[in-house]
Order: sequence, then C-alpha cells, then structure tokens
Amino acid sequence: MSGEITAEATEASTSIRTQPSTRARPVPFAVTVIVLAGAVALTFLVSNYHLFQLTMLVGYAVAILGLNIATGYNGQISLGHGAFYAVGAYTAAILMSNFDVPYWATLPIAAIISAIIGFLIGFPALRFTGLYLALTTFALAVAVPQLLKFKGIEDWTGGVQGIVISKPEAPFGLPLNPDQWLYLFSLGVAGLLFLFAWNLIRGRIGRAMMAIRDHALAAEAMGIDLALLKTRTFAVSAMYTGVAGALSAIAVEFVAPDSFTVFVSIFLFVGLVVGGVASITGAIFGAAFIVFIPNIAEQVSKAAPGAIYGVILIAFMYLMPSGVAGLLRRLYHRLVPSSR
Amino acid sequence: MSAATSPADFGPAMLQIRGVVVRFGGVVALNGVAFDVGQRQICGLIGPNGSGKTTLFNCISGIYRYSEGEILFEGRKLAGTPRHQLINIGIGRTFQNLALFRTLSVRDNVLVGGHHLAHSGFIRNALRLPIVRTEERRLNDQLHRLLHLLDLEDVADVTVASLPFGTQKRVELARALISDPKLLLLDEPAGGLNHGEVDELAALLVSIREQFKLSILLVEHHMSLVMRVSDKVVALEFGQKIADGTPEQVRNEPEVIRAYLGETEDARAA
Repeated sequence: MSGEITAEATEASTSIRTQPSTRARPVPFAVTVIVLAGAVALTFLVSNYHLFQLTMLVGYAVAILGLNIATGYNGQISLGHGAFYAVGAYTAAILMSNFDVPYWATLPIAAIISAIIGFLIGFPALRFTGLYLALTTFALAVAVPQLLKFKGIEDWTGGVQGIVISKPEAPFGLPLNPDQWLYLFSLGVAGLLFLFAWNLIRGRIGRAMMAIRDHALAAEAMGIDLALLKTRTFAVSAMYTGVAGALSAIAVEFVAPDSFTVFVSIFLFVGLVVGGVASITGAIFGAAFIVFIPNIAEQVSKAAPGAIYGVILIAFMYLMPSGVAGLLRRLYHRLVPSSR
Repeated sequence: MSAATSPADFGPAMLQIRGVVVRFGGVVALNGVAFDVGQRQICGLIGPNGSGKTTLFNCISGIYRYSEGEILFEGRKLAGTPRHQLINIGIGRTFQNLALFRTLSVRDNVLVGGHHLAHSGFIRNALRLPIVRTEERRLNDQLHRLLHLLDLEDVADVTVASLPFGTQKRVELARALISDPKLLLLDEPAGGLNHGEVDELAALLVSIREQFKLSILLVEHHMSLVMRVSDKVVALEFGQKIADGTPEQVRNEPEVIRAYLGETEDARAA
C-alpha cells in the first residue's frame, strides 16, 4: 500500500520543470574546446578583480552542478545546499589556518567531509519527498550560521570573527599573480568535476537517478535500490557543493558565519533554475547569473537593486522557462534540424 | 472448483500461490487463494472489479503484505524479498496505466530495465572505467534486440511522454523484457488499447513467450485477450478462487458465467 503513496509523492517531487529528455547529451567537442580555451585566455585578458569574480563563478558553477545532481537529476529538492558550501569553506579555512595544510590538499578533505555529512542527511531525506524535503533541507540552511558561531568550536571556527586565510602563490615559479593562478587552478578542478559529473549522468547511475525522479516505484521494480542510490546521490551532490565552498573560501581569503546565511542556499537554487534544471552546462549559466546579475542590478538602480534583480529574474523565467540551457538546446535543434 | 491441474507439459510450477489471505481493516480482499503458474505458461487472472486480482498482483510484486499463506517462486518464499531484488531472481513486471520514466528517451527507459544486469557504481562510472564501457556495450546489444523485436527502433531517441499510448505500452514491455525475466507480471496490459492494438498485443505475448521462454501472469479485464492467449485461466470473485483451468473450462464454468460473463454481456463482446 505504501507503494501507491510513494508513487504519488514522486509526482509531486518532480513538479519542477526539468529538461526534456534529460539524457546528458554531449555538448559538441569543438564547443567544449573553444569555451575552455576562451576561459584560459581570460586569465591574461581581464583585471584581477574580474578574475576574482570569474573564480567565484567557477566555484558557484561547481556548487550548482552539485545541487543539480540531487535536485535536477534525482528529484531530491534541496533548499539547504548552502550548508554544504559552508562546510567545505570552513574545512578549507580551518585546515589552512590551524593545521597549515596546503590549499590544494584541503579540497579532497573538504570533499570527503561534505560527502559524509551529505550521506548522513540523505538518510532522513529518504523519508521526505518533494516539498517536504525542500523544507527539511531549508531548516538545515537556517541553522548553519548559528552553528558556526557555537562557542564550543570557537577555537577552530573563530566564532563571529571567522577565519582569515591568505591567497596561495603560483607554484613552480610560474609567471602568474595569485589571482591568475587561483583562477586557473579553480578552472582545472571544475573541469575535472564537470567531466566526472557528465560521465556519471550518462551511465547507468545517472539513468537510475533520473528513473527514480520520474517514477520511484517503477525504478524499484527495475532493480534499483532506492535507499542506496538516493543517499549516495545526495552524498555526491553535497561533495560537489563542499568542494565549491572550499574553492570560494580560498578565493575570498576569509570565512565568517554571516557569509553563509540562508541566502547562499536560495541563490544556488536560483542558479539551478535559471541555468537549467537537469542540465550540466546549465550550472555555468546559473553561476554567471548569481555572480553578475546583482552587480548589473546595482548599476541600474543604486536605490533598489533588489527590485531590479527581481524583475530580471522574472524576465528570465518568463523568457526561458526551462533555463538558459533549455533555450540554447532549442536554438541548437532549430539551427541543426538533423540533431533531433 | 473444477480441473485445477495445469497441463503436464508446463513442468514443475514456477510460481505457487498458497492460500494467500489479505485483510484491509475488516475487509478480506483475498481469502486463501491458491494456484500455480507453470514453466513457460501464460496464466490469465480474471475477475470482476474488486475481486482481488490487483491485490494478488501487488502481493506477488511485494507491494502488499499478506497475513497468511505464502507465495513461492521456483520453490523459494517471496515474502520479505525487497522489491528491488525481485528482478534479480527473475520476476519482471509492467504497470497498470503505464509507469514509464516520462522525461527519458525510449532508449534510456529500456536501458533502465537492464539496471541490474550491470554492477559498476558511482566511482567507476564517474571515471568511465573500461568496465563501464564494456557493460554499456553489452546492454546496448540487448537494447537493440528489444527495440527491433518491439518495433521501437524509429523512436529510440524520442522522449517517451510524447509517444502514443500504444507505443508507450510497448516501451514498457521492452523495459521489462531486457532483463530476461523468467516470470513476467502484466497488470492490465490491454487497458486503453483499441481493437487492433489488442490483437497485436495478443500476438506479441505469444511470441514473447516463445522467444524469451518465460512464464506470464496476465491480470486482465479484457476477456477475449485472456481467453485467446492463456494456457490457463484463474477466476476470482470476492477474494476467492471460483475457477481454474483451461480457457474453455473456465468459460463454461457456471460460477464464472454467473459472476462475470453473465452480468456484463458486453465484456464478452469486447
């Protein structure tokens, strides 16, 4: 009997619009190469401030990709991924400041810690689907800034003050300033993580994730262990967002509880939807939105940037209901009719 | 209760239903139903609405628990087997009113049916190790065989939700068959199909049985389909078995005529 209920709940959980036929389709190889080459070229073309922004963009793209793995591909709506972002950021900062761990070595540790926390949260998440899971994860996001201020761990976290770390120099005597190096470093890490995600989504695990999202009961009848797959998916998702948090902490050179309010989770969710739910490339567009649109809104109106931001957001949703990635996909199919 | 024995050439029973009792609160939905499904046998399960067909189907597929009796598959008790393990031991199923993965292509839908045929996990997939490629290649061979058999090659890359109902039903069959089940449970496969499509389905079921050498338990309203393809028919009413035998025997069983055929003349005509 519980089976019927599960099936209905799944319907509800998939009410956010995903890409049609969400098989991870290869962006043509040439496009990937051109985009990557362009991204590398930017290292030498733009100012350090803009490089910092781009580094943040790369981090957000990884974070949104992580959110997309759980929410877009697996249908587990999370409004609390900012928590994993914070965990990754604090892991990197604490390791660097208290334990003198080199910045690059903090990433795998941040990955493991956030994956474990994601896995543990994945278990109770099995009990909730759809909007109930969204609220449960939201509660997590609300709690995080306060937990970070907790007195008992102040020696590590620096309490309200947070932790200041310093930006790494380029290694091997490379003729790059720290901003340039960190940008390239983040780009390399993100490139690998995007490749892994694409591999994951296009294989049997990705198919199983989407099958659960579309019809959990049928997925189970096809031999998919729902509990195992959903908890591991949530762990991978948290891991990605945790690594993104670590990258951002290194770029910002500072972590503090007030940098990880509930808004981080909301912005990641905005980026997910604007970029394209269940789209790997969509994560990049979503990240661009959350990095650049607030600035643009500020330029348009110093008095009410929030209102401008809201208008832009609504315009995006109206013009691109399936996200930037969805729009590009439709344009691509129109220009290359044989692709469909 | 006439001629309960199944024809001998179906060998030892593949599925044995032994006195299954299901109660919902005070209502007895199934009251000690017992019958066998033989090897490579098509067994039709019929009965008016509320007779317990679907309840029994859900007991076999692990969705309902039963308070008494047992269900054996190849001599092994099914109770307590997790639902996702059923396909591993050889039980595949389709759903009433379709349960496809709506946003996925026909290809991916069918490939999900082969999920348990491969074993690579998250890390191997993320790294796309050679084992993953080998598994995918093997699955794709199976996939093409089924797409061909069920005439789905032309729509392989189409999102399944945009296909006509009859085609979607074939996708669901392909998805269940890719795992090469020994027993296929079909929950009202003719529901929503027109006359021509029902004829095709009948031919398809018989050919599937030959090609895949499997048994089929067919829960169905559509009398003419059941009577045409089944080797054996079991009729239920109010949670009790009222007949069990060849289509001919069941058709002529007075209890069945009274309970089912007699009161809805158009059911016979359908």
